[in-house]
Amino acid sequence: MPDRRRLAPLYVAAGALVLTAVLLALGLVLGGYDPHAALSALVRGAFGSRDAFLSVTLVRAVPLILTGLAVALAFRAGVWNIGAEGQLYAGAIAGVWVGLTASWLPAWALLPAVLGASLLAGATWALVPAMMKLKLGVGEVITTILMNFVAIHAASFMVRGPLQESRGVFPQTDAVGPAARLPLLVDGSRLHGGFLLAVLLCLGLWAFLRWSRAGFAVRAVGGSVEVAEVAGRIRSRKVVGATFLASGALAGLAGGVEVSGVTFALYENLSPGWGYTAIAVALLAGLNPIGVLVTGTFFGALQAGAGAMQRSAGVPAVWVVAVEALVILAVLGLDQAWRRAMVPRGSAVAHRALPEGSGPKTDRSGERGPGDSDV
Amino acid sequence: MFEALAWVAFLEASVRLGVPLALAALGETITERSGVINIGLEGSIIAGALGGALGALATGSAGTGILLGGVAGMAVAGVFAALAIGLGTDQIITGTAVTLGGLGVTGAVYQARFGVTGTALSLPTLDRWSVPVLSDIPMLGSPLFDQPPTTYLVYALGPILWYWLFRTSWGLELRAAGEAPDAARAAGVRVLKVRAVAALFGGLLAGVAGAHLALAHTGTFAENMSAGRGFIAIAVVVLGRWHPGWVVVAAMFFGAASALQFLLQAFGLDVPYQLFLALPYVLTLAALAGWVGRATAPAALALPWPRRR
Repeated sequence: MPDRRRLAPLYVAAGALVLTAVLLALGLVLGGYDPHAALSALVRGAFGSRDAFLSVTLVRAVPLILTGLAVALAFRAGVWNIGAEGQLYAGAIAGVWVGLTASWLPAWALLPAVLGASLLAGATWALVPAMMKLKLGVGEVITTILMNFVAIHAASFMVRGPLQESRGVFPQTDAVGPAARLPLLVDGSRLHGGFLLAVLLCLGLWAFLRWSRAGFAVRAVGGSVEVAEVAGRIRSRKVVGATFLASGALAGLAGGVEVSGVTFALYENLSPGWGYTAIAVALLAGLNPIGVLVTGTFFGALQAGAGAMQRSAGVPAVWVVAVEALVILAVLGLDQAWRRAMVPRGSAVAHRALPEGSGPKTDRSGERGPGDSDV
Repeated sequence: MFEALAWVAFLEASVRLGVPLALAALGETITERSGVINIGLEGSIIAGALGGALGALATGSAGTGILLGGVAGMAVAGVFAALAIGLGTDQIITGTAVTLGGLGVTGAVYQARFGVTGTALSLPTLDRWSVPVLSDIPMLGSPLFDQPPTTYLVYALGPILWYWLFRTSWGLELRAAGEAPDAARAAGVRVLKVRAVAALFGGLLAGVAGAHLALAHTGTFAENMSAGRGFIAIAVVVLGRWHPGWVVVAAMFFGAASALQFLLQAFGLDVPYQLFLALPYVLTLAALAGWVGRATAPAALALPWPRRR
C-alpha cells in the first residue's frame, strides 16, 4: 500500500492538530475561560487583517522557519540538536556586534556581513557539542541544551556589559544603522526580507536533500550509520559533523535575521523559546523543508494569535507553550499508533516485512554505531 | 574569623544548592538504569515546585507540600512513560516535549491562579532539623547537619538505592532491563513494567526536588524557577557513572560550583554575575568532556523496546 504509507505524515499531522485543538479547548474550559471567545481571538489575531497576517504572523514565522529548518536538517542526519535556541542567541550577538562596529564597511556590504557573522557564530556554537560528540563520544542532547543556557547568559552579559547601549540605562544594545537592516518586502507592513530568505532556504534545502549527493548522504546516515558506511561508502562522521555545523549556522542566521529585520538591537529574552518551538515545527512537518515553511507559518500564527488571546480573552500567552508541547506529543503518539495499526498483531514476519521510515522520522530503533551515545 | 564564616556560608550554600540536584539525579539514575532516559525531568521538577507551592499554600504545611510536589512530578513522568514506554515513541523528543509542556502548563496554572503579572508568593517553609551531636562539629556541623529534612533524604537515599540496585534481586531485574531487555524478558522480567515504575520513581524524586526548591530554598514559586536543573541532573548522572553514591557526590560538587559566587563575592572579587550564572553549565560541559570517556551507560539506554520494524 505505497500510497497510504506516503500519506501517513499528512494524516498524522492533521490528526495531531485536531487532537491538540480538542485538548486546548478542554483546557480552556477547565481553566474557566470562554473557549469560543479565546479561540476566535486567536484566529483573528493571526489572520484577522492584512496587517495581522503580514506584520505579525509572517514576521513571527521567520525565526520559526529558520530554526525549524535547522532542527529538521539535523534530525534528518540523526543529529539530536536541541541547541537551536543557543545558536540563535549566538547569531544574534554576533550580528548585532558586526552591525554596530563594522561601520567602516561600504554600505552595501554591511548587511551581508551581519548575516554572515550570524551564520558563523551559530556554526561555532554548534562546534562545541559537535566536537564533543565526534572526538569524545559525549552525546549531543545534553551538551546542546547546556550550551543554550550559556548563550542566554552570554547575551545577558553582553547587553549589560560590553555591548550595552551608549546611554547605559537599559539592558539592551544600541540600534544598528539603516545599512545593517533588512529591506521591507511589503510597503506599509513590517514584513522584511528575511521571510524571502527563509522561503528560498526551504526550497533550496528541499532540493539539496532530495537531489544532491551530499543530501543523500545526510539521509542515509540518518537512516542507519552502518548501512551508509558499508553499502554507501559514506564517511558518516564527516556527514554528521558537517550537518551539525550547518544546522547551527541556520539557527544562528535566525538570530541575525531577527536583529536585522525586527528588533535592530539585542535584548535579554530576545527569543521566546523559538529554538524549542522549532522542534515542534520540524516534527509536525515530518522533517520536510517545504513542510517546515507551512508549519513554521502555522506556529507563527499561533504565537501571533496568543498575544491577541491574552489581550481580548485574558488567556495568558504562556498557554501557547503548552500547546506546542501538546503538538509534539500528539505527533509522536499518533505516528507510533499509526505504525502499530499498519502492522498486524502477533505476526513476526510482518514486523520484518515493512521497511522503516514513513511518517516523521522519529523512530531510532535502527542501528547505531558502537560507542554512540545520546547522553 | 571572617574567612571562617565565609567558608561555612559557602558550604551551607553548596549543600542547599546540591540537594535538589541530588534528589533529581538519584531518581534519574534509577530510571536510566532501567534503560530509559527521561529528558522530561525538568518538567517534573517545575511541576513539583508548583505542586509543592500550591499544596503548602492550601494546607499550610510545608511537609504536605513536599508530598504533593512529589505526586505532581510523578504525574508528569506518567505522561512521559505512557508515550515513551507504553507506545514506544522516541525517548529524547518525548522528554523534550514533556519539559516544554511542564514549563507551559505550570506557567498557565500559575498565571490563572495568581494573575498574569504574578504576585510574590510567600510560602510556609520547611523547618530545619538539627541532628544532635553531629551539628556541633565545628565548620562542617551546621552546613551538613542543620538542614531541612529533604537534605537527610539525600544522605539516606544514596546508600539505600545503592544497596537496592546492587544487592537485591529487584535491583538486578532493573539493571537487566536496562542492559539486555531481551534476555531479561526471557528470564521472566516484565521489562515494560519495570521501566514504567522506574520512570515514575524518577518523576517522584524530581517532584520532591522541585518542591524543595520552592519550600526549602526560596519560600516562593516563580515561573521557570527550575532553571535547567533537570538537564544538569542528567549530566550529574553521567558524571556519577550511574552509581547512586557517586551521583550524590557529583551533585554536591555542582552545588559547590553554583555556590562559588557567594564565596568570591565575600572575598570582594568583582566579576559580572552573569558569568557566575553561566558557570554551572560551563563546568558541566567541561566535566562531561573530561569524564565521559570512562563512563559506560546502560547498554539499552534510550532504545525503544520491544524493537518494532
